[in-house]
Amino acid sequence: MKLKAIISIILSIIFSISLVLAYEATPENNAKSIDFVWTLIAAFLVFIMQAGFAMVETGFTRAKNAGNIMMKNLIDFCFGAVAFWAIGYAIMFGAGNLFFGTEGFFLSSANNGSDLWQYAYWMFQVVFAATAATIVSGAVAERIKFSGYIFYSIFISALVYPVVGHWIWGGGWLAKLSTPMIDFAGSTVVHSVGGWAALAGTIILGPRIGKYMNNNSVKPIRGHSLTLAALGVFLLWFGWYGFNPGSTVAGTNWSIATIAVTTTLGASAGAIGSLLTSWIRYKKPDVSLTLGGTLGGLVAITAGTANVSPLSSIIIGLIAGILYVFSVSFFDRIKIDDPVGAVSCHAINGVWGTLAVGLFAQKEFGGINGLFFGGGISQLVSQFIGVISVFIWTFVIMLIFFKIIDLIIGLRVSREEELKGLDLSEHNTEAYADFPISATNN
Amino acid sequence: MKYIIAIVRPEKLPDVKKALWNEKVYRMTVTDVRGAGEQKGYPIEFRGLIEEVNLLRKVKIEIAVNDSFVDSTIKAIIKGARTGNIGDGKIFVLPLEDCIRIRTEKSGIEAIGGESLELKKIIKK
Repeated sequence: MKLKAIISIILSIIFSISLVLAYEATPENNAKSIDFVWTLIAAFLVFIMQAGFAMVETGFTRAKNAGNIMMKNLIDFCFGAVAFWAIGYAIMFGAGNLFFGTEGFFLSSANNGSDLWQYAYWMFQVVFAATAATIVSGAVAERIKFSGYIFYSIFISALVYPVVGHWIWGGGWLAKLSTPMIDFAGSTVVHSVGGWAALAGTIILGPRIGKYMNNNSVKPIRGHSLTLAALGVFLLWFGWYGFNPGSTVAGTNWSIATIAVTTTLGASAGAIGSLLTSWIRYKKPDVSLTLGGTLGGLVAITAGTANVSPLSSIIIGLIAGILYVFSVSFFDRIKIDDPVGAVSCHAINGVWGTLAVGLFAQKEFGGINGLFFGGGISQLVSQFIGVISVFIWTFVIMLIFFKIIDLIIGLRVSREEELKGLDLSEHNTEAYADFPISATNN
Repeated sequence: MKYIIAIVRPEKLPDVKKALWNEKVYRMTVTDVRGAGEQKGYPIEFRGLIEEVNLLRKVKIEIAVNDSFVDSTIKAIIKGARTGNIGDGKIFVLPLEDCIRIRTEKSGIEAIGGESLELKKIIKK
């Protein structure tokens, strides 16, 4: 016994193992443990959304680019995580001014040995940052240069997303308005940022070859697997149970139950909204539009998920689904080629969901009344200020950034490379080597 | 009547199609195929290993044309498919014995159709 004790002491000296404070099972500590476990599980759930995005994006695009989409969804997380650890987290949550944080780079705010909460919190935040980053991947798919995309993912995770996060979640100016803006789980912080960045990217890149004909007609470019796209939507929906209820970052906060309900109903109503709209507008219930509308409903309910009633969440989701269908055809018509509908899903419904908080918020759920429940217009005004300012910041800086990348290394692959497919031209591989890939879908 | 078979690079298909359309050749059958020419493919590096790729992805375009369309069709395919590098493909021109349109059972140049000189003569008669 003595020998064992001596060995363990020696080992702990050699490896400088900081023995975490002995756990005392007080009610306070137990409650804190519940928060730890809940926040980390939620973070892991949000992580699976990366797989969801990868599947949605590859399903809605052609087989010749499938390997490239996998690479982008993997690599934007990896570069993004390192960038968020080094810089982004400090800008977002570090003490600083009203616009960005200036302390805590390299996760130095975390406290080794005693309270490890900052680690759990970072873990929850990094998967959010990665979600914002990976939204863009679908919109710029099938034509962006891989190297340019890597620079983009570092830039958005280190700077663009954290600045918006600081404004709304990190004690910045939007959180300090006389009526603070409400964006519970990030319709604006995460989804609009990703969506507006996606819009900037598609504008600088231009449409894919073959999308627009000389006679001004728009040609649909069909994706290679609705099955994978549907799997992606289910994975995203599943991950959203970490995204929304997890945003309490407290398992001891019982509102996780109502948040889970509004999330579910928002998504369901989004699907129903896009289903019915496509059915009426295009004579058939469109599969891909219904899948997209489901995500639109999820995006829209994200801001108000803790502040609205289940009935309101259905209305918000329904409108989101309808908006999605009209938005997709609108962007097609103005020659903004967004292969997976990322702008319609994340930017447009991010805006709608954020504004909806100002309309549908109810005291019984989140402590604040919106316009429809006698709370006056002040909350709606704050939401509006937030939406506009985040649009201007994200869209303008991303437009400039993509243009600079375009001028320095070129943002888009050559015409031949694009037609050949990015798998072969960028990665010298094929996603489906055993299968014939149709050249006739070009 | 000729039967034209062209083997071209898959990524050049849109260009070939466009060039053919400009010559008013709209009828074609397109297949994804694999094949090799004199070079027997080329080596590529995959995960650090050198692999001799023998059969390369190509696209086969088959077009039945009336005689007055033969030259313009061949020229259009060359215009669309040529990069000047090895692997641009080949065009084969075969005599065509007959052509029957299934719906009407009409045969010959009428069945191939198009605004060809031969067809105009027939219509005049």
